[in-house]
Amino acid sequence: MTLHDVYLLSPELSLAGVGLVIILLDLVIERKGVLAALAVAGLAVPLAFSIALFGDLSAEPNEQMTGIFGTLVVDKFALFFKFLVLGVLALVIMSSVDYVSKMRHFQGEYYGLMVFSAGGMMLLAATTELISIYIALELTALPLAALAAFLRDSRSSEAGVKFLLLSAMSSAVLLYGMVLVFGFTGTTHLPEIFERLGDSMDPSASFGSPALFLGVILIVAGFGFKISSVPFQMWVPDVYEGSPTPITAYLSVASKAAGFAVILRVFYLAFGEISVDWGVLFAALSALSMTVGNMVAIAQSNIKRMLAYSTIAQAGYLMVGLAAIAARVPEGETPIGPSSILFYLGAYAVTNLAAFFAIIAITTRTGSDLISSFAGMGRRAPILALILAFSLISLTGIPPTAGFMGKLYLFSAAVKSDLVWLVVVGVVNSVLSAYYYVKVIRIMYMERPESEERVTTAYVPQLALYVSAIGILALGIFPGPLIDFAETAAAVLFL
Amino acid sequence: MLSLIVFIPLAGALVVLLLRQDSHIRAWAALVTIADLALAIVAFVMFNTGDYSKEGNMEFVERYADWIPALDIQFHFGVDGLSMPLVLLTALLGMCAVFASWKGAIFQEVGRVKEYFMWLLLLQTAVMGVFVSLDLILFFIFWELELLPMYFLISIWGSGRKQYSAMKFLVFTFLGSAFMFVGILALYFSVGTFSIVELPAAVEGAKLLIPAVSIFSLLFIAFAVKLPVWPVHTWLPDAHTDAPTAVSVMLAGVLLKMGGYGMIRIAVGIFPGTAQEYAWLLATIAVISILYGAVVTIRQTDLKRLIAFSSISHMGYVLLGISSVVGVSGAVSPVGLTGAAMQMFTHGTITGLLFLLVGMVYDKAHTRHIPDMSGLANRMPLTALVFVIAGLASLGLPGTSGFVSELLVFLGTFQVWAWMTALAVLAIVVTAGYILWTLQRVFFGPQVQRFADIKDASFVEVVPMAALVIAIMVVGIYPAIFTDVFQLGLEPIIESLQLSGAP
Repeated sequence: MTLHDVYLLSPELSLAGVGLVIILLDLVIERKGVLAALAVAGLAVPLAFSIALFGDLSAEPNEQMTGIFGTLVVDKFALFFKFLVLGVLALVIMSSVDYVSKMRHFQGEYYGLMVFSAGGMMLLAATTELISIYIALELTALPLAALAAFLRDSRSSEAGVKFLLLSAMSSAVLLYGMVLVFGFTGTTHLPEIFERLGDSMDPSASFGSPALFLGVILIVAGFGFKISSVPFQMWVPDVYEGSPTPITAYLSVASKAAGFAVILRVFYLAFGEISVDWGVLFAALSALSMTVGNMVAIAQSNIKRMLAYSTIAQAGYLMVGLAAIAARVPEGETPIGPSSILFYLGAYAVTNLAAFFAIIAITTRTGSDLISSFAGMGRRAPILALILAFSLISLTGIPPTAGFMGKLYLFSAAVKSDLVWLVVVGVVNSVLSAYYYVKVIRIMYMERPESEERVTTAYVPQLALYVSAIGILALGIFPGPLIDFAETAAAVLFL
Repeated sequence: MLSLIVFIPLAGALVVLLLRQDSHIRAWAALVTIADLALAIVAFVMFNTGDYSKEGNMEFVERYADWIPALDIQFHFGVDGLSMPLVLLTALLGMCAVFASWKGAIFQEVGRVKEYFMWLLLLQTAVMGVFVSLDLILFFIFWELELLPMYFLISIWGSGRKQYSAMKFLVFTFLGSAFMFVGILALYFSVGTFSIVELPAAVEGAKLLIPAVSIFSLLFIAFAVKLPVWPVHTWLPDAHTDAPTAVSVMLAGVLLKMGGYGMIRIAVGIFPGTAQEYAWLLATIAVISILYGAVVTIRQTDLKRLIAFSSISHMGYVLLGISSVVGVSGAVSPVGLTGAAMQMFTHGTITGLLFLLVGMVYDKAHTRHIPDMSGLANRMPLTALVFVIAGLASLGLPGTSGFVSELLVFLGTFQVWAWMTALAVLAIVVTAGYILWTLQRVFFGPQVQRFADIKDASFVEVVPMAALVIAIMVVGIYPAIFTDVFQLGLEPIIESLQLSGAP
């Protein structure tokens, strides 16, 4: 490992440093609020390194730098996710302040584990080698399992154990798939897999060969767990419901984003040759996820469970972008599937975070996760209710919100790839989802409240809430800059 | 100019949030809508009816090409002869809606005056935006933006099964627009532009991703739900019946026109050939809507529901006028389409006025059940007089605007679909029947003791009534003021129809 390698890894290394410092300081600092402030402030270090790397990229060939024996890459794609993860992490920490202050123990560990997991997510987007992917995945998942169990009541413990077990199982499945691919090609480097596949494939068989077919299916199953796609979604509702709500928000946004990052890398870089086959696979999973997620969400009475099913549906929308593959795009044009996923991940991050932050603020005061307990919030907490309503509208995909622009971009990609049927499934699902999203709005504004007591929240979580709400509106009206960034970031997949 | 007209209500809505007293909020909303109306009138007067040199005959064009360059979406406003009168109509009814909410019987139960006027003003921005947008995505954004104000207005300040009706409205419209969304994307990726002005030429002869008829249907369904036509009309009676008065006025007056406007400008404008091919189907649905609407109307005992069902029948005329696009042996006469456009304008004023009156009667008599009412003319002569005028205009009495538009529709369509038009004309008789019968039952006949101390319309209530009566009479006596403008706007569409209709 050279000094240059250390520089390339500096965002992740410094992030891990921040996590360690917080855990150590927890031993000596009495006022735990300071820890959160330190954690957010500490994120400036990895952010600064990321910006420095971003600046150095333009001088490099293909705007790409590789290190540590080719396992680590720094390119705009990786940096896109570094910025996204850091932003999400900062917001989630800010929103946790009020929630965590009720805990008696381990507040430092709470922030520390979150930071470690973020390091894993950033690594996931920054590697093009299967073993590193696996390690980054574990680094992401283990802290999350601990965090899910953090409340130490029966539901939370169940969430933690469930997440741990199913995560381990999915990792095993993923590993098996990787082994098959390795056995078939003799390498774990994604670009090399691509080259060797090109030589040895049977173009007439689907997926090139039965072994590869099995390998790809197992890899999809492994990653499907991370992005909560149907039929690998069974852990989602229980874990989302049982975990501390800020962790649920974190899981639903950051962890999913990292999952999509690694899927894009693996499938575009290694399996580009057989994209027609996995394109169909993702189209089917996408239609399934959207439909199942939305259908089941309608019946929920607990808001966290409802949003759990909603994120399953959102994963379905995102996979529309995976189905929109290069092979179907007209000659001479660039496919926009990957960049539309990146943009949607950004739009979805601000939207879902705003929704969860409002829910955290409200449920921390009312003590109930039931949708019915949101009755009359329009009057009891005008601003929180307004932002929650706005984010639900964005999740539905009604303009002028980030969610609308995201869906516009995703579905554009699909139509361009000749997948009109999938778009029809998508928009019909949007209508379905309107039913349960709007139901919450209806209850907040039209039902009588249980009490007239005002619901307020502390200053710092409010700030996180405003930032994400402004993000929804800004991306809904001026999506241009983020779309441009997403396009340059996704360009590395087509080198 | 157009940006001002569209965004003044939005700015007004934001200011409403800062105001504290109810009376200030009302006055401010009135001021905003009056200013908007004044601007719309200025635009209408300045509107040059003789210049053909501009792209697509558009006036007051505002175009910022790099709004969202990555997706090729432009900020593009402009009006032509087709949309200009509708902008005027929206401004007029927007003002009427504010005055109709003045007394605030609806606020006695729920209050929340501030939110109410905020949503009302936002609704006006959304509808205005639909009529002036020349970029399909921008059009779609405004189209969707209208959903939420309507949903809140009906479900909070409505009556009866208000939440059911509001949700039904939302789901129907949202489903329709979901189809439109797919259609828009399919169009874009076939020809590479979202511009409503450029699309007609671009689509001609282009190779489309999916067959032209599929795109046409996707777009048409969205507009048909909005118009509404049988069999996707079922949301309308519910929404109308349970909406507060001002919202019914906006719904009947301008929201339904979004459907008709979309059909003419987008569905027919972009796919003249497909529209001609399926004109028989449009005519059939139109005739069913007209007759079905008229017959069901007779059976209504709720005054508001009665007017709502009559709207279905009357909006059928719009579709009937559109179905004349097929022309006779290659010659397409502009009369039918002009009639359809005129019908949108006149129905907006007439039915807007009727809903206003119904709301007023309900506020005073506290019932909408027709058999309970009788002899109201004795206590409220002015209201009765205006109701008679509106009723007669609705059944198409010569001298009122209703006559002009229905005559144009029938004239234009009779040459093309003689039998179907003859059937549709039957509905006029039914319309005369239910209007006159209703007038007789509600306003004439013996006076009921219960209504002995009802008062006639107050000054604030007279303002919107007077404005609409003037609009109805002016158009009835001098229709050219709008027919000429509409015809000018329809010219490019008629031309393309001639081209694709020629053998």
